[in-house]
Amino acid sequence: MLGILGATAAISLMVGCSGALDGGDSSGTVTLEFAQWWEPELPADALRGLMAEFEADNPGIKVELLSGPYASTKEQLFAGAAAGTMSDVVGLDGAWISDFAKQGALADLSTPMDDAGYDDSQLAAQIELDGSTYMIPVINFVYPMFTNDALLAEAGIDSPPSTRSEFEAAANALNDLDSTTSGWVLPLSAEAPNGIQNDVMSWVWASGGSMLKDGKPDLTNDDVTSAIGYIKGLWDDGVIAPGALTMKEQDKVEEFTNGRVGMMIDSLAHINLIRESNPDLEFSVSALPAVDGFEGDRGIPYAAWGIGVSESSDHQEEAWKLVEFMMSKDTNSTLSTLANAFPGNNTAEPDFSQSDDLFKQAFDIYSSGYPANEFVGLPVAEQLMREFDEELQLMLTGDQSVNDMLSNSQEKWMGEF
Amino acid sequence: MNTLLKDAPPRIRQPRPTFKRSLIPYAYISPTAALLLVLMMLPIILVIGYSFFDNVIVNKNPEFVGLANYVEILTDGVFAQALGNTLYFTFVSVGAHLVLGLSFAMLLNTRLLSSLSKALFRAIYVMPWLFTVAIIAVLWRLLLNPNGVINYVIITLGLSDTGIEWLSSRDTALIAVTFINIWAGYPFFMVSLLAGLQGIPRDLYEAATVDGANPIQQFIHVTLPQLKPIIISMAMLDLIWTSQQFALIWMTTGGGPINDTEMLSTFTYKAAFSSYEFSQASASAVIVLLLSMVLAFFYVCHQKSRD
Repeated sequence: MLGILGATAAISLMVGCSGALDGGDSSGTVTLEFAQWWEPELPADALRGLMAEFEADNPGIKVELLSGPYASTKEQLFAGAAAGTMSDVVGLDGAWISDFAKQGALADLSTPMDDAGYDDSQLAAQIELDGSTYMIPVINFVYPMFTNDALLAEAGIDSPPSTRSEFEAAANALNDLDSTTSGWVLPLSAEAPNGIQNDVMSWVWASGGSMLKDGKPDLTNDDVTSAIGYIKGLWDDGVIAPGALTMKEQDKVEEFTNGRVGMMIDSLAHINLIRESNPDLEFSVSALPAVDGFEGDRGIPYAAWGIGVSESSDHQEEAWKLVEFMMSKDTNSTLSTLANAFPGNNTAEPDFSQSDDLFKQAFDIYSSGYPANEFVGLPVAEQLMREFDEELQLMLTGDQSVNDMLSNSQEKWMGEF
Repeated sequence: MNTLLKDAPPRIRQPRPTFKRSLIPYAYISPTAALLLVLMMLPIILVIGYSFFDNVIVNKNPEFVGLANYVEILTDGVFAQALGNTLYFTFVSVGAHLVLGLSFAMLLNTRLLSSLSKALFRAIYVMPWLFTVAIIAVLWRLLLNPNGVINYVIITLGLSDTGIEWLSSRDTALIAVTFINIWAGYPFFMVSLLAGLQGIPRDLYEAATVDGANPIQQFIHVTLPQLKPIIISMAMLDLIWTSQQFALIWMTTGGGPINDTEMLSTFTYKAAFSSYEFSQASASAVIVLLLSMVLAFFYVCHQKSRD
């Protein structure tokens, strides 16, 4: 504990000591630091290759990639934000934005966009706080519903469910197949509580609902109450795979891959993993079920690789050029193809010719709905999920009602705001 | 007299130590001292300092709030639960480590088995110690999975109709993580106590046998007193290490379900890296430091009394 904090303190000190370097040299070449967790998750040298293209297009600018796993990058960025030595360009998760913006660590991208006459209508999304843009999602990983079609057929279900009633019926039918098969899988581990975002709140967004009102928590509204009540019903039916309260995302994928659950909400990024682990599994992806009779556009949860610029960077102009390059049609198409994700530039088109057919299907689902993730831009987003998770677990285990759970969560969330 | 003086060996005059020479020992230890200062003392002092401010790192202009963070932490129900869980986890783990470690050490010290058999069992028993925490966590998550091997055995033997959600049930999660920690840590005791057992002179047992002591009396009056210094040292160290266990809890349950396996370590981590309340996390860490220092004090006192 003290070690963890001590290490952070020591990192802050060390980062602080190296903060005087400004990335310029006597030849006039500017070196941009680009801290992100993307390089280890992409094919070898893929991101470096894109940077080489950028350097060729922009003589006088070099890019130094500072790459690490997601958690290390997060800690490094928080230490850098504290010491005022954040890298010039940074990979961002939407969950961090509010806290970085509050510290004044991120530059407002609206200004360089205006100065450069950038047409921002080509951007699928911009993460704004108080009218300032702090992050642009470069590529999006969407979370559709995966169904084990062989199991569904065995249970007498012809097609993936598209409404909540159909989903409940399918889950019960799957559950009745045998004692080791469950209808749905719900990961609620407190270690990484993103199950609240991807597997719980997604039910609200899929029916066009919202957990916010005027940017503030609104957890007791009818949309959220209905979705949570629905999940409680599934729990009481016993159709959720056992072990949910400490289950992690990787466990969820494993349960589905091994054919022990019939349906899950998961990232498209796992398609290849599922294919490799169980080549015989017959599965497909669909839009998340909505409330019966819902006709509107369905929100589909997503996680983004976002990009931003450090407020403390001495090279704001050059940093914006790199952001612009990453968001350009060609680069964005290439990156989304490499990462099996969807582009943050509306005009970019990922090349699915070499990809699994399911990516094309998912892209159609994505295009017909809208990316929804209301946790992006909220303060201490992970903590909000964790607090909701604890209250949800208390409700599922019968220690409180749905209404009490939502009221308690609302109160905790308001405290964080 | 003169003869005596003539035959006496010439006296070697010791040069008077100069100021420069007196600094040499300090120069030798200065690299280590500098490292200790930068990597241990400075961060500890910083963290203690952080705990007296409203929030640090994410707040550019933190304000001094005295003991407010300590009051908030100590009145937080989750902290109290984490403290209770940590005490249970630590004392049960250390007690079981001692009993298991001593039992296995005595089995391995027997003269009834051949050297080859003993070497084989020694390798088997010490195996949990060779795994990293990440491997142990993954291994036991698989074994204790509702569809895992352990539940399969339980159901096959007819001990239960349905699988037990060992790590997800509020009734069993704390017991399960404590069990995993016991499994992972007993070889440390076993190896140390085995070395201690091998160092006990045979004469003592022979004398006890001549006096008519049975094996249990020999264990109580010969083995335990001879192992006492090792047992106390091991127990003290294990208490300190186990009370700070983080990785195993984080990778198995994350402190859940709800807060049923929340420990002081996971509570502190969440405060720092989930809520970004670095000052509250620092206050929590300082409380843990103080608790550890109490244990460390007894350990040092014990070591001194031995010397």
